[in-house]
Amino acid sequence: MSGSEEPRRAEDGLPALLHEDLHTADDGGARGSGGERLSHGEATSRPLQPPAPEPQPRGAKLYHRKPVDHNEAAQRFIDAPRHAKMHDERLWDLRQKRDGQMHGLPEWEDLRELASTIKQHTLSNLGDYLEQFESQAKANGIHVHWARDGAEHNRIVHGILADHGARRLIKSKSMLTEEVGFRDYMASVGIEVVETDLGERIQQLDEEAPSHIVVPAVHKLRSDVADVFARELGTDPANDDVHYLAEQQREKTRPLILEADAGMTGANFAVAETGTFVVCTNEGNADLSANVPPLHIASIGIEKLIPRITDLGVFIRLLSRSALGSPITQYTSHFRGPRDGGEMHIVLVDNGRSARLGEPEFWQSLKCIRCGACMNTCPVYRRSGGLSYGATYSGPIGLILDPSFDRRRYSSLPFASTLNGSCTNVCPVKINIHEQIFAWRKVLAESHDIGWSKQAMMKAAGTVLSHPTLYRASIATAEGALKLLPDFMVANPLNSWTARGRAMPDAPKETFHQWYERTNGGKEEPS
Amino acid sequence: MSARDAILAAVRANRPQGDHPLPELPIFPFAAEGGLVEPFLRNLEAMGGHGVEGGDIEGILRAQFPQANVIASAVPEYRGNRDLAQVSAPNDLADVDVAIVRAEFGVAETGSVLLPDTALTVNAVAYLAQHLVVLLAPDAIVPTLQEAYRRPEFHRHRYASFHTGPSATADIEGVLIHGAQGVRSLSVVMCPLKTGS
Amino acid sequence: MRVALFVPCYVDAFEPEVGIATLNLLRRFGIDPEYPFDQTCCGQPMVNSGCHAEAKATEALFVRNFAGFDYIVVPSGSCAHQVRCHMTAIEQTDEVRHVRERTYELVEFLHDVLKVDGFPWAEFPHKVSYHNNCNALRGLFHGSMSERREPATSKPLDLLRMVKGLELVEKARPDECCGFGGTFSVFEPAVSVKMGQDKVRDHAMAGADYVVSADSSCMLHQQGCAERLGLPLQFRHIAQILNGDAA
Repeated sequence: MSGSEEPRRAEDGLPALLHEDLHTADDGGARGSGGERLSHGEATSRPLQPPAPEPQPRGAKLYHRKPVDHNEAAQRFIDAPRHAKMHDERLWDLRQKRDGQMHGLPEWEDLRELASTIKQHTLSNLGDYLEQFESQAKANGIHVHWARDGAEHNRIVHGILADHGARRLIKSKSMLTEEVGFRDYMASVGIEVVETDLGERIQQLDEEAPSHIVVPAVHKLRSDVADVFARELGTDPANDDVHYLAEQQREKTRPLILEADAGMTGANFAVAETGTFVVCTNEGNADLSANVPPLHIASIGIEKLIPRITDLGVFIRLLSRSALGSPITQYTSHFRGPRDGGEMHIVLVDNGRSARLGEPEFWQSLKCIRCGACMNTCPVYRRSGGLSYGATYSGPIGLILDPSFDRRRYSSLPFASTLNGSCTNVCPVKINIHEQIFAWRKVLAESHDIGWSKQAMMKAAGTVLSHPTLYRASIATAEGALKLLPDFMVANPLNSWTARGRAMPDAPKETFHQWYERTNGGKEEPS
Repeated sequence: MSARDAILAAVRANRPQGDHPLPELPIFPFAAEGGLVEPFLRNLEAMGGHGVEGGDIEGILRAQFPQANVIASAVPEYRGNRDLAQVSAPNDLADVDVAIVRAEFGVAETGSVLLPDTALTVNAVAYLAQHLVVLLAPDAIVPTLQEAYRRPEFHRHRYASFHTGPSATADIEGVLIHGAQGVRSLSVVMCPLKTGS
Repeated sequence: MRVALFVPCYVDAFEPEVGIATLNLLRRFGIDPEYPFDQTCCGQPMVNSGCHAEAKATEALFVRNFAGFDYIVVPSGSCAHQVRCHMTAIEQTDEVRHVRERTYELVEFLHDVLKVDGFPWAEFPHKVSYHNNCNALRGLFHGSMSERREPATSKPLDLLRMVKGLELVEKARPDECCGFGGTFSVFEPAVSVKMGQDKVRDHAMAGADYVVSADSSCMLHQQGCAERLGLPLQFRHIAQILNGDAA
């Protein structure tokens, strides 16, 4: 047996670009002591030429109680071709870096299976592991709080901060705090929140949500960042050099870190055996947030539990390799108790997770370790940008998480997928993502949340397709075929096939069925 | 019902069907014919770190950081000019140019070093300093992360962090920058642990 | 061996020559497939939209049409995938299970059941870019997937490599989805078209003259995108190539 098709390589031996005009010799990124270009972390494996500036496309428009119009926002993203091109190529590059790491580890598929099994086991015994984690953490001197939902989480954190008279909180990136609207809440009670991850800080200053779980500003070009920093930090608007922008952010954020009253982190893992929680970053910003101010609060979703310290060996090997194609994050920090003179609090948050656990088709989504590999590989996500989903979680994992937070608002999202299955294949904890997207469609159709016209169209198609005579009559003529088939396959009343960029297939001269009848399957009159 | 009891009751009521035993964790082989130092250094360099095979600390510091004014040392091999034991608050360390600490062990697979709270004296020094120099005994390198997590340090320390290269970001256009928020460089010096020190 | 030919609705209507090539190709291997006259569709358009209840009658009709056969062969990865993996709206009787298990996509049937070792009648002296239909690749396992650490295999490429003169070219993203996705192409036209355009540009940059696939639906979509971009790509179903149909 001969092999499958290998990706084409460019002259320099690196994988070929789809957007060749992004090709360049050097991007000025960091180099090693031997002068070689480095590509750890979220750096691209090859330098990319920055496209010329253009206005940044914004995310989905949200209306009260109306389903998100992903297609509309995606179209605006695609209509900003420089952003779209860079976005697609950067994320595809992360996917390829991930593949490189996978090929470097013979035990890759074994590790995925182990990670999945450990998570399944933990989720099946979550009550016991949560109690064990709590008792270990308390024994280590950590204060443990429990929050049923986002509002309770925010109240608890506010209470801790108020007890300490804290006015400024520095924090590292946490999808959980995005999920519960933490920054808005803190603003409403007059507490200043400073994000310390560069990408997240850019998004905070621009009043946008992160567009990606691990690369929050991946949808922006350097020119967009220069605009935001000039406006919010007073940097030189004409200077969009990446080193300059990053250094400016470092210099402007550092005094805020030094004078903060409290620090906040999320957690990638919480270990029941020892009461330890683990935070992974590339910037070291979680460690600054946790180790500089006297008070450290960690918000942890209850699904982050794993049983044993040794289980980390499996998950840490997979996490950054899957996310960024880098063997590990620059910092993997284990917090097991407050430092001398410091105080440490943990808030364990449910916010819909325990209910999800009871759904046979969907509970395995709780295995998610938030690596973003499914987003990087998703051809729809790469073309539409994370903000087009109008939700905390975007991309494939978002399609299956978001509807459980607000079924009506996110009812359209499970349809923002071709069900190609690549997401399932890259998932380090083997969540059957595309099957869950498929299952969500059924759930939404059964509760009549897919839109009246779509459901009516499918009902009509089901009638025609289950009656051979009706079906034959419909497609017996060219006009008939073009009238019926578009109804269930190729077009909608707006004729979206021809609306933009795609020509309609030619009308048939004769259907296969007619040919077969006329020629007795080709036996009487060879055609 | 308290939030705690409500959440615990809910996760127990909603326990997924099926038998899901906790798997045993195998150790997968790590190919390193020539010992672990070489792959450790190679992987460290790929992560943006700087590996130094040995030599005197004084000379290395002078060569690498000739401009350094404030040097905080947590190791007996070098006497700095900022006493970490006397630091009253972490932000006192904001002016440190170079910090020198000793790692408990290294990981060949990734080029990581483990820095626990006891090795740092003040945790924040490893992030507030401009540059970090880490001493690592060549015989204290384990092959993979899975073997690393079998070590006792994770049961002992209130804080312990794997450092793999310096603070880094490529959040803007995928361009790699060292020194995002934390240290601008990380050097690991192969340096045996002096007995009795 | 009683073999039935299932001709998907869009092949029936838009690509009758693919059905004819499939029929003739099977005859070359000594099989004379029957063509049940009451066949319509596998139910995928409804199921793909979540409307399983609306697909029930269509699925029942499919089973009635094909229950009496040892094999049901269809020149479409997505239809074979629908039948085998998603035909669950109807009650799962023995008859239903039999039909689902015995439905084969054409490449699988040639490769795994007939175990063919050559197409001496076929010659195609052209540069070909093979398009992997996602249902065929990741649902029916036509070959190894780039996301997984597994030995490199490909059933369709195994077959195409037996065709004289045919030269396979390499894309930047060999198994990336083309954006058809069934009703996705209707309800998400923006991304669908963009993915299709990227896909056909990838074929063109690879130097392909022809795009070949085991699924006409992906190619109808891609053909539309290529025409709009003015790319001189030709599209052929793998059945046409293997049957030796002239370019």
